[in-house]
Amino acid sequence: MKSISNLRDGIVRGETTARAATESALNAAEKLNDSLNAFLEIDRAGALNRAAQVDAQSEKTDLPLAGVPFAIKDNICVRGMQTSCGSRILGPYHPPYNATVIDRLIAAGSVIIGKTNCDEFAMGSSNENSAFGPVKNPWDLSRVPGGSSGGSAAAVAAGIVPVALGSDTGGSVRQPAALCGVIGLKPTYGRVSRYGLVAFGSSLDQIGVLAGEVSDAAAVLQVIAGRDSSDATTADVPVPDYSAELNEDVKGLRIGVSRVLLGKGVHPEVRAAIEKSIEAYRDLGAEIVDVDLPHAKYAIAVYYIIATAEASSNLARFDGVRYGFRAKDAPALKEMYRKTRDEGFGPEVKRRIMLGTYVLSHGYYDAYYLKAQQVRTLLRQDFTRAFEKCDAVLTPTTPTPAFLFGEKVDDPLAMYLNDIYTVTANLAGVPGISVPCGLSSDGLPIGLQLLGPYWSEARLLRLAHAYQTARPLNARPRVFA
Amino acid sequence: MTNSWETIIGLEVHAQLNTGSKIFCGCATRFGDEPNSNTCPVCLGLPGALPVLNWRAVELGARAALALGLNINHRSIFSRKNYFYPDLPKGYQISQYDQPFSANGVLEIMTADRDEAGHAHDWHPMTVNVTRLHLEEDAGKNVHEGLPEVDRYSYIDLNRAGTPLAEIVTEPDFRSSWQAYDYVNHVRRALLWVGASEADMEKGNLRCEANVSVRRVGDPTLGTKVELKNLNSVRFMQRAIEFEVERHIRTLESGGRLVQETLLWDEKLAETRPMRSKEEAHDYRYFPEPDLPPLIVPDEFIEQTRAAMPELPGPRARRFSESYGLSFADASQLTAERSLADYYESAVEASGNARATANWIRSELSRELENAGLTAAKSPVPATELGALVRMIDEGKISGKQGKDVLVEMFRSGKSAGAVVEERGLVQVSDTGEIDRVIDLVIAASPNQLEQYRAGKETLFGFFVGQVMKASKGKANPKVVNERLREKLKS
Ligand SMILES: [Zn+2]
Repeated sequence: MKSISNLRDGIVRGETTARAATESALNAAEKLNDSLNAFLEIDRAGALNRAAQVDAQSEKTDLPLAGVPFAIKDNICVRGMQTSCGSRILGPYHPPYNATVIDRLIAAGSVIIGKTNCDEFAMGSSNENSAFGPVKNPWDLSRVPGGSSGGSAAAVAAGIVPVALGSDTGGSVRQPAALCGVIGLKPTYGRVSRYGLVAFGSSLDQIGVLAGEVSDAAAVLQVIAGRDSSDATTADVPVPDYSAELNEDVKGLRIGVSRVLLGKGVHPEVRAAIEKSIEAYRDLGAEIVDVDLPHAKYAIAVYYIIATAEASSNLARFDGVRYGFRAKDAPALKEMYRKTRDEGFGPEVKRRIMLGTYVLSHGYYDAYYLKAQQVRTLLRQDFTRAFEKCDAVLTPTTPTPAFLFGEKVDDPLAMYLNDIYTVTANLAGVPGISVPCGLSSDGLPIGLQLLGPYWSEARLLRLAHAYQTARPLNARPRVFA
Repeated sequence: MTNSWETIIGLEVHAQLNTGSKIFCGCATRFGDEPNSNTCPVCLGLPGALPVLNWRAVELGARAALALGLNINHRSIFSRKNYFYPDLPKGYQISQYDQPFSANGVLEIMTADRDEAGHAHDWHPMTVNVTRLHLEEDAGKNVHEGLPEVDRYSYIDLNRAGTPLAEIVTEPDFRSSWQAYDYVNHVRRALLWVGASEADMEKGNLRCEANVSVRRVGDPTLGTKVELKNLNSVRFMQRAIEFEVERHIRTLESGGRLVQETLLWDEKLAETRPMRSKEEAHDYRYFPEPDLPPLIVPDEFIEQTRAAMPELPGPRARRFSESYGLSFADASQLTAERSLADYYESAVEASGNARATANWIRSELSRELENAGLTAAKSPVPATELGALVRMIDEGKISGKQGKDVLVEMFRSGKSAGAVVEERGLVQVSDTGEIDRVIDLVIAASPNQLEQYRAGKETLFGFFVGQVMKASKGKANPKVVNERLREKLKS
C-alpha cells in the first residue's frame, strides 16, 4: 500500500486522480466487507462526488491530504452519512453537522468513503458488542480485531484505506491497532477536538488515527490537531510540525520500562516480542531506564468507575424523544423511555449505564466516583514522576494477541483486562501510540505501546517511526486488498 | 391563635440573564419565535455536540451577584444534574452544584409591616442569607395545547433550552409572606437595575419557588415543608404563601398531617394544587461536567464588571439625600427604578434646583405618568424639558401655578416648556421698571385706597396687588410686585 504522501503527491502532480484512489478504496471496501464487516456504510456516490471536487480543484498544493481516502469510525458525525455508534438505538440517524475533525479533513482534501463498525458506543475490546455483528480480524477471520475501533483498524490493515479515524477512551484505537498490526495513535487529551464525536467518557475520549505508516499518522494528526472553539476542552497549545523530526534518530532518548507491567498476565509471546523491541531500541541508541507506575494497578478499577459514570450521563439523551429509535406500543412517557432504552441498547452498554448510575448515586458517590478521581490524580503524578526519568514509557499494547470470537464474551472482567496497558494514558490524559513489533507463532500481530508526556506526540511519532523503519512488519494479513 | 405559630420560608429565584444568546451555544434567546427555530446541535442535545460557555452569561451573572452584594468565587465548576424529561434534551441540565459561582452571601433588604389592606408601614432593614447564586441552563418547554392530536401527543419547543439562568437560593430566613414579597422585589429591582435580567415574572424571565413550613414558636425542628411553583407575579407568590401557611396551621390544629410535596398555585381559584408526575424524590447524580473546564473568574474581570456597572440603588439614594438634600422618602422613591433616577439627575442638571425638581417629579410628573401608565424612561416630557420648566419657575419667568398647566400641556403635546409658555403668552414680567410703571398707574388711579392704607389699613395691600396683577394681565411676577409695591406705598 502506498503511503499517503506518495498518493497525495501523485494526485497533486496529476499522475493519478482522487477519483482513481477513491474508486480503488471503494472497490476494496465493497469486495472485502462481506468477509470483514468493517464498514457499516460505504458511500460510493458521496465519495466519488467528493473526489470529483478534489480533482476539479486546479491548485492542490495547499491540500495536505488531497484525494486521500478515509474511513471514519461510526461514532464521529459526518454530514450526509449515518452515525450509528454500532447501536440500534440511534438507527437510522443522520447528523445535520460535521464533526470538527471531519471539516478539517475535508478542507485538507481528503475523501471519506464510509463509516466503520465498532463496539456499541465504543464500549468493548473485541467488536463483539456491535449491534451489527463483529468486525473480523484480517489476519485470522476467526479472531477479534480488537475494539472498539475494530472496523477502522481492520480497514487499514486490509489495505482498503491508508488511514482511518477512531476514538480512544481506554485503548479503543491502540488496542485494535495492535491486534490488526497497524499504527494506532491516541493524542494528548485536548489535542484534537471532540466536537462531533459521540461521547462515551467525556474526560477520557480522544479521537485518534489508525494508519499503516507512522508518517501517515503524523500527516493526519497535523490536519486534525489544534484548538477548536467548539470544544472547550481543546488546549491552546501550539501544534508543532509532526513530520519535521520524524526522521531524526533516537540516539540519547530515554525509554522507561516498568518490569512490574511485564509480569504476570502477559502472554509469553507478547513478553518475548516486547523484550526484543526493547533490545531494538537499545540498538538504535536509546537509553533504557527502569520506571515505576505504582498506581497503575488500580487503573482498570478507576477507569471502569469514571468511564461508566460519564457514560451513564452521556447516554441519557438516547431516550427516543427527538431522534433515533423509539419503542412501539409505549403510550406513556416513562414506559416509552424504559422500552426504548431496553430494546435499543445492547447488554454491555446497559451494564455500563447501570454501573455508572450506581457509582454516581446518592450515598455511593464519595466511595466510588470521588475516590476514583483521587486515584486518577495519583496516577497522573506517577506519570509526571516517570517522565522526569524518561522521554517515553514502553509497554505491551495488549496482554495477548488477537483472541477468538466468543473466548471472553461471557466474562466481562477478563475482557476488561485487555485494556490494562492502555487505560492509564486516558486516565492521565497523556498521548500514546501502538506500533506493530512482531508476529506470534500463530502469525498474529503484536503491538508495543509508547506513552509520552503531554503534547509529546512529535517525539512519540519519531520513536515509532525509528522502530518501524528499523523493524518493519514484513507480512500481510490473509485478507488484503 | 395564629401567633403561636411561626412561618418559615426559603426562596429560590431563577432569573434569565439578558445575554441575547444562549449560555452554551450561539442561538438567540428571543421569546415568542417559531418553535424550535432558535436551536442548533448543542441546544438540541444532538449526539457529539459540546457546550462552550458564553462569557456574556458570566458577565451578567457577575453583575447580578455584585448588584446583590454577593461575592464571586474565583473558581467555580459546572456540574451535570441528571434526570429524564422530554424538555431536557441531553438528559441532564448543566448547572452548578458544590462549587457555585457565588456562595454564602449576605443581603440586606428593606421590609415593612403591612396592615390588613396590604399597605406598608414601618420600613426596616432585614438580613437575608443567600446560600448560593449559580449559573445554569434553562430547559425547553413541553407544549400541550393548540396543536394536532394533543390528546395523543405532547410537543416540545426547545427555543428556551440553553437560556442562561442565575439561580439565587436563600436560607429559610423569611418569617412572613410579606418579607418574601419584599425580598423578591428587591432582587427584581437589583437585576433590572444593572441590566442582568429583564426580571419580568409575567414573561417568565424571573421565576420564583418558595419552600414553606410552619412550626410552633420555640420548636427547634422544622415542620413539613411544601414547595410552591407557578408563581407568576410577586403578589401571587405572596398570596400562595399566605394560603399555604393558613392551610398548614388549620391542618395541624385539627390534628391532621401534612405531606411534603410540590404544589402549583392557581391564581384563578386562589388555591394550591399538587403537581402531578414529579412526586418522586429524585437522585440527580450530580457530578462535575467534564465538557467544561472550571470557570475561573479573574479579580480584574470582577473589578472591570463592577466599574462598568451603574451606581446601585442604595448608594445612589444615599448620594441623593446627601448631595441634593433630599429626604429619605424622596431619595428612595426617586431610586425605585434606574430610569427614574437617571431622569431625575438629568432634570436636575437642567434645572439647577435639586429639591424643586424632586418635588415636581414626585408630584406633578408622577401623576401624569401614572395616569398614562408610563415609566419615567417613556415620559413624553424629556428630563431636560422638565428641568427647563423648573428653572423658568425658579427664575420667575412663570409662576408655579402656571407651571402646573404648562407641564400638563407638555405631557399632552410633547412640546418644549419654552414653546408652551410662549404659545400661551405666559412669560412673566419681572422687570422692575415696567412693574414700577404699572404700580404708579394703579396708585394714581386709587387715591382713596392709598389714603386709607397710609392711615394704617394695611389689609388694603392685597387690593393693590390684585390691581397690579390685573393691570399686567397676570404676567407680573408676584414676588417683584410685592416688593415694589411695599416700597412705593411707603413713600
Ligand atoms: Zn443552540
